[in-house]
Amino acid sequence: MDLLLLSRLQFALTIAFHYIFPPLSIGLGIILVIMEGTYLKTGNPLYQQMTRFWVKIFGLIFAIGVASGIVMEFQFGTNWSTYSRYVGDVFGSALAAEGIFAFFLESGFLAILLFGWNRVSPKWHFFSTIMVALGAHFSAIWIIVANSWQQTPAGYHIVGEGLSARAEIVDFWQLVFNPSTIDRLTHTYMGAWQAGAFFVLSVSAFYLLKKKYQDFAKASIKIALIIAVFASLMQLVTGHSSASTLADTQPAKLAAFEAHYPESAPAPLYLFGWVDEDNETVILGPKIPGFLSYLVHGDASKPVTGLRAFSPDKRPPVNVVFQSYHAMVAIGMGLIAIALIGLFFWWRKILFETRWYLWALVLSVLGPQLGNQLGWLSAEVGRQPYIVYNLLLTADGLSKTVTAGEVITSLILFGIIYIFLFALFIYLLNEKIQHGPSEEDLIIKGHRA
Amino acid sequence: MNIDLNSIWFSLVGVLFAGYAILDGFDLGVGALHLFTRTDEERRILINSIGPVWDGNEVWLVTGGGALFAAFPMVYATAFSGFYLAMMFLLFALIFRAVAIEFRSKQPHKWWRQMWDISFSISSMVSGLLIGVALGNIARGIPLDAQFEYGGGFFNLLNPYAVIVGLTTVALFMMHGAIYLVLKTEGALHERIRGWVNNAIILFVIFYIATTMATLLYIPHMMEYIKSHPILFVVAFLNMLAIANIPREIHLRYDRRAFLSSCASILALLTLFGIGMYPYMIYSLPNPEHSLTIYNAASSQKTLQIMLIIAAMGMPLALTYTIAIYRIFRGKVKLEPTSY
Ligand code: HDD
Ligand code: HEM
Ligand code: HEM
Repeated sequence: MDLLLLSRLQFALTIAFHYIFPPLSIGLGIILVIMEGTYLKTGNPLYQQMTRFWVKIFGLIFAIGVASGIVMEFQFGTNWSTYSRYVGDVFGSALAAEGIFAFFLESGFLAILLFGWNRVSPKWHFFSTIMVALGAHFSAIWIIVANSWQQTPAGYHIVGEGLSARAEIVDFWQLVFNPSTIDRLTHTYMGAWQAGAFFVLSVSAFYLLKKKYQDFAKASIKIALIIAVFASLMQLVTGHSSASTLADTQPAKLAAFEAHYPESAPAPLYLFGWVDEDNETVILGPKIPGFLSYLVHGDASKPVTGLRAFSPDKRPPVNVVFQSYHAMVAIGMGLIAIALIGLFFWWRKILFETRWYLWALVLSVLGPQLGNQLGWLSAEVGRQPYIVYNLLLTADGLSKTVTAGEVITSLILFGIIYIFLFALFIYLLNEKIQHGPSEEDLIIKGHRA
Repeated sequence: MNIDLNSIWFSLVGVLFAGYAILDGFDLGVGALHLFTRTDEERRILINSIGPVWDGNEVWLVTGGGALFAAFPMVYATAFSGFYLAMMFLLFALIFRAVAIEFRSKQPHKWWRQMWDISFSISSMVSGLLIGVALGNIARGIPLDAQFEYGGGFFNLLNPYAVIVGLTTVALFMMHGAIYLVLKTEGALHERIRGWVNNAIILFVIFYIATTMATLLYIPHMMEYIKSHPILFVVAFLNMLAIANIPREIHLRYDRRAFLSSCASILALLTLFGIGMYPYMIYSLPNPEHSLTIYNAASSQKTLQIMLIIAAMGMPLALTYTIAIYRIFRGKVKLEPTSY
């Protein structure tokens, strides 16, 4: 197999694995802040029990997030060294800022969150919880800035030619607020909040179905459901905004998302379908005529740039991104439905009795996870064949000194280690869930006297 | 020495890696000593002595890597792709260490705990070894071509000089970790660990002398800058002093001072390394004209400036958290329900 394919596979595998955990930390972080804040405000020990239980789960998730994150930090250099030389000037500072501003904050206060219960006052503990949640949100900022820059480069100029060409910063703020940063940051935040909220909903619904820890479960569900409703609706808004930006910044990607081939014509929206890439058509796809044009321009008759405007070697793989993009949107709609039904049942006071719905909640945890993975898959594969959009081809970004054999070795080892870690993670998570919240936490203990 | 942005960033990256070596150094050392303890409780005490701080310590490496990428992208790209397999093994070791700490005490079974005890200990030693080997190679020089790409393969990295530096690093971390444990333990375990400190110092001094001799004999370019600036011999002298001071303080039971001496000696060692390298970042052998220096490997002046602002805002914050956390968790380890 060739080096390019192997390196892409390895990057995809390692980042996809990493990205199972950060959304959960970001989303759970917010929920922990609400729970502990409620405890401090009301003094109701139920909320102390909730905080302590979810903190333990948070610790487990965080540990694997950290272990898999370090791999990402170094992989630009190990596998994509030409790309690293090319983007280092603009991109490295974002990565360094992430370490300085986010990871120090997060890892420092995490220690208090996990181990500091008896060492600091409840107020300081709460403060640490806020800092950890903030840190998790910060870590997303810089890495998304870096990623958005390579999707929609701005604020740079190119210096040198051929092998020694590289991008250099001209305007730092343009680099940070490049055309896609804000859309993508808000979209990933909402995806992360959904991940956290549906995770809490899933575990709590499971307790209700098993008739265990009912007070705990009901209170957890209420908090998580509010966040789930908000984040799911906002996901539609931010996703829509991303798509409209794409029409200007990355037209080939948007065209591939919707398999829109004509060079420039009003574009329909397919509900689903299968792209026949050889004949440049969509098979079996019910479509809403003009709807993509409408979403992008607010006018169903305006043209949208299609794939034929790009030579075939400058188009992303169409069917893959079409499917992953449509699946993401479908999941988004499904999650909105689940969240709104929950709200309705809450209002009708049947939320905790409707068993089919509780089962739906138990399964719903998979939704945001799949959505997040498919979203990145669409965004990143949709950028191909470029590693830095319109500037550097993925094939040119590789490390020249690394051999295919070396990458096979590391890829296989990553595969084995990650499967092992994931299995252990699920096993320990299950243990913690089965063990449930501790009754002792319901007793209010004297904190440090 | 004329102070330009490139030199400032050379020292700042150095500061980050020195921070890493001093902080993660002791927790890698604790890991390397882990299997010398006997009972489950002792092992839990060792793990919990670093429990609240190890992740923060590792962030120094992450940030150092990020800063290297930002300030000297050529070095980041050349070193990390050139040392590909070695880097991968370092990553695997760091993964196993992190999860071993997290998972070990989650299950009571003997085999479970043993499995994670062994992975914790081996991955700690391997991490220290690989970091040392990488430093050794960078000091000795590696073959770079006109495009600054490494052309030496994996096994060339395991040359005797690099391996000696690697072993010295492991010994240094073990000594540093043992002194840290003296601070964090009490009772019978504490008395036993005192004994380890002495052995660890002896081990380290032997390797240290070997490394110094080898450097003097085989790595002449490391000595050039120091020879031309004799005032720098003061650093070397201070380094000796710091190392010699450790057994004295341990003997007098001034454990904190012993630990500070050990920190100081790591700092001095890395300062010497930095000065020896300056202005090179990766020395090319046999073609020194292909070396990466702080000038041909750096980002643009504008980026270096922006980064300096970022660092000036961020580093004081980061230092504040670090100090606060160490203060909150100071004192002897007590096992609590939330401990590992
Ligand atoms: C700052 C940079 C950055 C960030 C934040 C991400 N990626 Fe990415 N991704 C890259 C930088 C990158 C890259 C280095 O540019 C790659 C390597 C090969 C390529 O074409 O782009 C890439 C490729 C890549 C691929 C393979 C695409 C292909 O080769 O066809 C996938 C599936 C993902 N990424 C998924 C993700 C996920 C799930 C992320 C969420 C955390 C993510 N990426 C964040
Ligand atoms: C290729 C891109 C990425 C790199 C290089 C990277 C790097 C890292 C590193 C080194 C860590 C460990 C920090 C520590 O030791 O404490 C980490 C953890 C983390 N990362 Fe990433 N990361 C990437 C993608 C992302 C993305 C896209 C997000 C969020 C949207 C994210 C959010 C986080 C969070 C919240 C943590 C804390 C641990 C956790 O919550 O699981 N990362 N990352
Ligand atoms: C509700 C309908 C949704 C729409 C219209 C939508 C739209 C989009 C678009 C257009 C992109 C590509 C942005 C780009 O490449 O610049 C994207 C990416 C992404 N989506 Fe969605 N999305 C939706 C739902 C979801 C859901 C439910 C999740 C997960 C919970 C999700 C997670 C992501 C992620 C993680 C990315 C990659 C990061 C990014 O590029 O912003 N999306 N989405």
